[in-house]
Amino acid sequence: MSRAAALSRTWQPAALGVGTVVGAIVLTEVLIRAGLINRFIVPLPSEILAAFPRIVTEENVLSRFLLTVSEALSASVLVAIFGVAGGVLLHRFVLLRQATETWVAAIAAAPLVLIYPLYLVIFGRNATTIVMMGFTAGIAPTMLKTLEGLSGTRRVLINVGKSFNLTPAQQFWKILFPAALPTIFVGLRLGLIFALINIVGVEFLINFGGLGQLINELSERYDLAGTYAAIFFVVLVSVCIFVLTERLERWLRPGG
Amino acid sequence: MAVMSTPTRRTAARADAAPDKPILLVDGIVKRFDTPDGPLTAVDHVSFTVAAGEFVSVIGPSGCGKSTLFNIIGGLVDGYEGSVSVAGERVAGPHAAIGMIFQEESTFPWRTVIDNVAFPLELAGLPKAERYEKARHFVELVGLAGFERRYPAELSGGMRQRVSMARTLAASPKILLMDEPFAALDEQTRLLLGDKVLQIQQELEQTTLLITHNITEAVQLSDRVLVMTYRPGKLKRSVAIDLPRPRSSEIVSSEAFGHYVAQIWGDLREEASRGLIDDEQHKLRRSGET
Repeated sequence: MSRAAALSRTWQPAALGVGTVVGAIVLTEVLIRAGLINRFIVPLPSEILAAFPRIVTEENVLSRFLLTVSEALSASVLVAIFGVAGGVLLHRFVLLRQATETWVAAIAAAPLVLIYPLYLVIFGRNATTIVMMGFTAGIAPTMLKTLEGLSGTRRVLINVGKSFNLTPAQQFWKILFPAALPTIFVGLRLGLIFALINIVGVEFLINFGGLGQLINELSERYDLAGTYAAIFFVVLVSVCIFVLTERLERWLRPGG
Repeated sequence: MAVMSTPTRRTAARADAAPDKPILLVDGIVKRFDTPDGPLTAVDHVSFTVAAGEFVSVIGPSGCGKSTLFNIIGGLVDGYEGSVSVAGERVAGPHAAIGMIFQEESTFPWRTVIDNVAFPLELAGLPKAERYEKARHFVELVGLAGFERRYPAELSGGMRQRVSMARTLAASPKILLMDEPFAALDEQTRLLLGDKVLQIQQELEQTTLLITHNITEAVQLSDRVLVMTYRPGKLKRSVAIDLPRPRSSEIVSSEAFGHYVAQIWGDLREEASRGLIDDEQHKLRRSGET
């Protein structure tokens, strides 16, 4: 394959992705201007773009962005540590799995954001409540996917480990864990998305902290363009987390 | 169990039906499983020996307990009667002297070729430079030089099986135990990989026990072929393969080769037919129940 062809193959997906987003924005602009979408519900994309400098200078969006990122990262670390460890425990102890797997699955599907008043009582109206809400929302899917990944390790790989007389610890770290990593990371991404939704949601609900609070304030002022511009930064947090987990996965388990 | 050595008289001592100083001793193995239809004897009083440097194949129809025997000798299955000994030491669980190559693709997808092959050396605690040097030797041995930094996903099925083979050989096992390692490959690749196995076996004088259902493969590679009966799996016959070494896949076109294949098929045909009928009746019973 020539250098030009290789370069083209590398850039084509990115160009298509950016092109699709730009196309969707232009289409939305056209549909709103044509009156097919109510501009009092969805502001013009050009107005949203124009609102960016304003929310950066007047609304401190960058410091709020960093606050939400730090809360999301704190929750992510907790989700990764306790979620993966919980999944490993469920895999290791069959009785524990049989006793709790259904409950963990039920928790994963529950609207956990509703318990924020309880966390406000326990932790107070501060960042700890927000981080713990994110952690609570993210732990169950991470546990379940970790369990699924470990249980789904191909029998032949386990037998290879046995044939080399691995200790249980070696069997875990050298075979089970790397084999399960792709599924664990699916759970981790799912858990972190749940965590971020809850973090921004609780910031919005208790009117505290980062981007959620900013969105609350802007929407209260009917600043639709500013609200959508702030939502863009929430998407940016999600992109940062996704890129980070992808890099981490590639580093921990190269080779696909 | 009958012992045959045709069409010509054996000259190599290691093809004897019962070697004097066996490195592997399989003695009176019986393995039963509980099934919904009642207890099932998968392996029934199977005994044989393998001498140092010998290449022995165990061949039988599907369902004759070949893979069960593989798992028992490899120490992956317990709860059986009889014993397995390697160089006089009884095997209870996986044993460092036995290197296993599995039927299914078993490379570690997250490790490069060189890291896969270096796996047992890493377990042995060898320094990185030393284990890479040794691993490189085995990578070359299986004909994968130049692919050291590739991941298994970038290789063909045959190449991946060679990586598994190199990884097992890197552990320097006294016995190489293979369970239909080329079953998933096409016939041409299988013959060519057979050449590679012959070359390696000759170079390392590696004692090898191959479990297979492929007659061509068994005759091409072996000094001795042990034919098993359909369920319960017993040893029916031992056929000494008196073909010259070093061998290559060209041997398959020889008259003597054809004679051995016909002879083994003669034994296997009856067993395979019995297996087929049994399987069909089992399916009929199942469909009648539902």
